[in-house]
Amino acid sequence: MNGFSRRTTSAYQTRTPIFWWIRKWTSVRFILRELTSVFVAIYAFMLLFFVRALYVGPEQYADFIVWLKSLFSIALSIISFLFVLFHAITWFNLAPKALIIRVGKWKVPDLMIVASNFLGWALVSSVVVWIILG
Amino acid sequence: MKRTIEPFWWSFFGAGGVVSALFLPVIILLMGLAIPLGWVSAPAYETLVELFRRPYSRLLLFGIISLSLFHWAHRFRFTLYDGLQLKHLNVLIAVMCYGTAAFGSLYALYVFIAM
Repeated sequence: MNGFSRRTTSAYQTRTPIFWWIRKWTSVRFILRELTSVFVAIYAFMLLFFVRALYVGPEQYADFIVWLKSLFSIALSIISFLFVLFHAITWFNLAPKALIIRVGKWKVPDLMIVASNFLGWALVSSVVVWIILG
Repeated sequence: MKRTIEPFWWSFFGAGGVVSALFLPVIILLMGLAIPLGWVSAPAYETLVELFRRPYSRLLLFGIISLSLFHWAHRFRFTLYDGLQLKHLNVLIAVMCYGTAAFGSLYALYVFIAM
């Protein structure tokens, strides 16, 4: 069921140490990028609890806003924001590797795909701000 | 080549990656920082609840939350395999990750349908 082959000969394999990635910046960056998903999940739950509080009623909502103002929530939001920003930038930059667009015989250049991603991101962000605050 | 379920999970990972990259930064900026810190004036409760109760808002919010969770599940699973070298706990990790995402999505479904 899982897509992994189990052909490795474990008897002769030395185990890779847990912190194998800490010595090189590129591998630290790889692990940091992988960890962005943790903050994606945390904020997905934050958003869910926010909407839930909103649906329950004004008091629950006011309590949630008080919690959002706590030092813990602000710190969590700053860290989450930085990680999610890192996720968004790396995701949009890598998109041309996964997405090859052809118009007739002409391959759309990577830079154009990346640029349109960032443009779309700016557009979505502006629309969200406009809907919520407008 | 053996048929696997991986492309199925990968498609959720991909969709969640796009949705979370597009929507989460601005959501965190507004909900987690700008509004609590008073950089902008918070929208009135009535305005917000009316906006968030519309069917398409519910659908969009559910999509953002659920896809983001499945994005996490897939990526975190491989972070544990590669980062912490836990490939031998394959099944347990997969069940834990996708299970959490499924549980969160079901709870979100309940919130968006029943409330």
